[in-house]
Amino acid sequence: MKDNAHSIKEPLMRVVKKAELGYTKTALLSLLGLAIAIAAGGAFILIIGHNPTDIYWSILQGAWRSKLAASGTIKIAIPLLIASLGITPAFKMKFWNIGAEGQIIMGGIFATYFALFWAHLPHYLLLLVMFLAGMLGGGLWGLLPAYFKTKFGTNETLFTLMLNYIALYMIKYLTEGPWRDPSSSGFPKIASFDKNARLDLIFGVHAGWLIALILTLVMFIYLKYSKQGYEISVVGESVNTARYAGMNVKKIVMRTMFISGAICGMAGMIQVSGAAHTLGDGVAGGVGFTAIIVAWLARLNPLIILIVTMFFAILEKGSSVMQSSYGLSQSVSSILQGIILFTILGMDFFTRYRIVFRKVRKKL
Amino acid sequence: MNNDVMAIELKQITKSFGPVVANAGIDLSVRQGEILALLGENGSGKTTLMNMLSGIYKPDSGSIFINGKSVVINSPKAAIKLGIGMIHQHFKLVESLTAADNIIMGSKEKGLFLKKSRAEKIRSISRRFGLEIDPLKKVHDMSVSEKQTVEILKVLYRNANILILDEPTAVLTPQETRRLFDILRRMKQEGCAIIIITHKLNEVMEISDRVTILRKGQSVATVNTAETNIKELTELMVGRSVELSIYRPEPEYDESLLEVHHLTVADEEGFETIRDISFNLKKGEILGVAGVAGSGQKELCEAIAGLMPVKKGAILYNKENLIGKSPKEIINLGISMSFIPEDRLGMGLAASLSLVDNLLLKKYYQGKGPFVRKKEARALARRLVEQLDIATPSVDAPVRKLSGGNVQKVLLGREIESDPNVLITAYPVRGLDINSSYTIYDMLNEQKKKGVAILFIGEDLDVLLELCDRIMVLCHGRITGIVNAKEVSKEELGLLMTGAASDRPDLQEGGNN
Repeated sequence: MKDNAHSIKEPLMRVVKKAELGYTKTALLSLLGLAIAIAAGGAFILIIGHNPTDIYWSILQGAWRSKLAASGTIKIAIPLLIASLGITPAFKMKFWNIGAEGQIIMGGIFATYFALFWAHLPHYLLLLVMFLAGMLGGGLWGLLPAYFKTKFGTNETLFTLMLNYIALYMIKYLTEGPWRDPSSSGFPKIASFDKNARLDLIFGVHAGWLIALILTLVMFIYLKYSKQGYEISVVGESVNTARYAGMNVKKIVMRTMFISGAICGMAGMIQVSGAAHTLGDGVAGGVGFTAIIVAWLARLNPLIILIVTMFFAILEKGSSVMQSSYGLSQSVSSILQGIILFTILGMDFFTRYRIVFRKVRKKL
Repeated sequence: MNNDVMAIELKQITKSFGPVVANAGIDLSVRQGEILALLGENGSGKTTLMNMLSGIYKPDSGSIFINGKSVVINSPKAAIKLGIGMIHQHFKLVESLTAADNIIMGSKEKGLFLKKSRAEKIRSISRRFGLEIDPLKKVHDMSVSEKQTVEILKVLYRNANILILDEPTAVLTPQETRRLFDILRRMKQEGCAIIIITHKLNEVMEISDRVTILRKGQSVATVNTAETNIKELTELMVGRSVELSIYRPEPEYDESLLEVHHLTVADEEGFETIRDISFNLKKGEILGVAGVAGSGQKELCEAIAGLMPVKKGAILYNKENLIGKSPKEIINLGISMSFIPEDRLGMGLAASLSLVDNLLLKKYYQGKGPFVRKKEARALARRLVEQLDIATPSVDAPVRKLSGGNVQKVLLGREIESDPNVLITAYPVRGLDINSSYTIYDMLNEQKKKGVAILFIGEDLDVLLELCDRIMVLCHGRITGIVNAKEVSKEELGLLMTGAASDRPDLQEGGNN
């Protein structure tokens, strides 16, 4: 038994949780992560036989090179920013809302109803009604899992995920059934919105960008300084503490999920009214899932969410420009985006943990 | 057994966590057939040191010798191979399995199937060490002390001859403690080396052969138990001389403030955790609650605070029934509850929020408008930090970064600042060092003099006896006695705690034995 001691091997490396870092250190590490991600992407570009600097330059430039490109980048950023802000209060409450996708869709559906059947209303009244309807649709879609969670203790992750599919197929049903555009021959689709139901342009891009920027500020203040924001933080920290403090936890959970869903629904309304001018099954297009990555990378801070969203939008828009100007297939730019994202997420690990390697021991 | 070879020898062990040095050059040794008490205040590095012996942490520098051989302990498995067994404060048992299966679990028996003879082997070990246990009894049917016995058997089954016990008596009644000590003495005779971690000085005096005292991560002294006394040990532990008696002002009021009538509380599964209890709490008195852990203390607190539904009975505050009121309404009546759970942060504080935000917890909704007013809370935070000597980098630092004692000061400080009429406090000195404990007792006594009715749920019987005016004893959710703290002995309390005093009517009322 005693001789065993020497045969026990020390593992090559082990993972140790880091002491919490200050803001500057975290920011520096994140920048380092970004640099490594770019280097990793560069290695991939080299392998496929191109010059990384050229490619990166064309991505960066591609996102802004013309007015059209810039407005394209911003159009990508708008729904992503709003949806990321939407899931933030839920995540802060540790309510894992991965149903932003469905909530965006429901917001789009509710808004579309008014765009299709109430198009005769005065322009701004119609937009306001659509806006509120979109928020109501998304909000109810968010409230549903919250109600069941507080009432029966259902699992919100599965619940919100499944609701995404129900919402998606609801669009398909509407497209092929009651809302099908009778004038379209062949492929079933919903009619394009009347001009009256479209969001106005501000500086050449639909007004969604202004709404998104205002929302960023509002969400920052709401979470940091409001009573409701305080309640969200406490519930997220410990439900027991919240109850102990006399908070009505069920009410807070339901209210917060309504708000979370309503903001995502707002993104849906802006998409149908500002970008697509119709409702199609691509209205959310994965934004609700990307938003989770954005919110998480930004550590649920609305101001940082703005920065991270812009990064994502530039990467996406720029990649598509780069791909066409170098004659590369779409999968190349997808792979590049994937490598960069994956590396950044991987590097995020190192801001929270560090790895200790086995020391070389001198013989005693 | 060769008594000259040290079973354990630690030389210059150093371990730091980031900037915090938990152990700085600690030396410690235990002979075979010896019981060493490891004494030290919270945060002095006892648990860290023992975790290095049991393979949970690794020292940054220094060397460990087991039975005279230099070893590297990388994992709990390696520790078991070396014959080191640790009995943790919180049991690590599977409730739905029998004692035997818990004992065998993870010990790598040969063959595919469990052997019927396993119970026999366990019985033979039990007999050797004088342990009483039925190997086929399910763990969830066991009392706390039986569970502890299973934990001990678990390490003995793996042929451990070095045992480490982390505060083993914290959950035991005085009678059960005595039985545990008998077992430890028996193991000592069998040649085991035993390290026992404890706060309780009288237990150190009773059971140990030598005492090693840690202070701020360093080993300050090792003394022979026979040549020392409680006063010296305390001074070594704290680093200066201390007054050990607790001040108890006479109660000045005689009106009942809170009356509990035939209260019954059941948990979600319908199990009655509080069974038909009645008592009253007077203005300006400290009513202690004693009982083995899990006798209904938590449920009693939560029922009064409105956090737990009540099945039967009434709780009258100034003749007004609290049952059916929301926690917020109860807070607004001036009934304040501070419960220090085992993990300290579970209830009452939000760990990631700042000290300022935590002080706002019960009044954040006050004031008009949608925003939280932080200005006053910030001033209060600064004042509390100064008054109670709370060690924190700033009032905006998350409370999670504070040490346990400071967290407790924040919690109790907030409750007292809310100017309550009834203060329910559960385990307020849990894991605190001597100095902080006395600060807390002083705070409570000050409230008592102001006429606040205090329900004090405690662990340490010595403290209950010295601090409280009356002591109510809970056992399995029932009151087994309400006694005058000045007239009762520790042994009598122990009997009440196990419910064994039901045939002693003299202890049921008054306790003038």
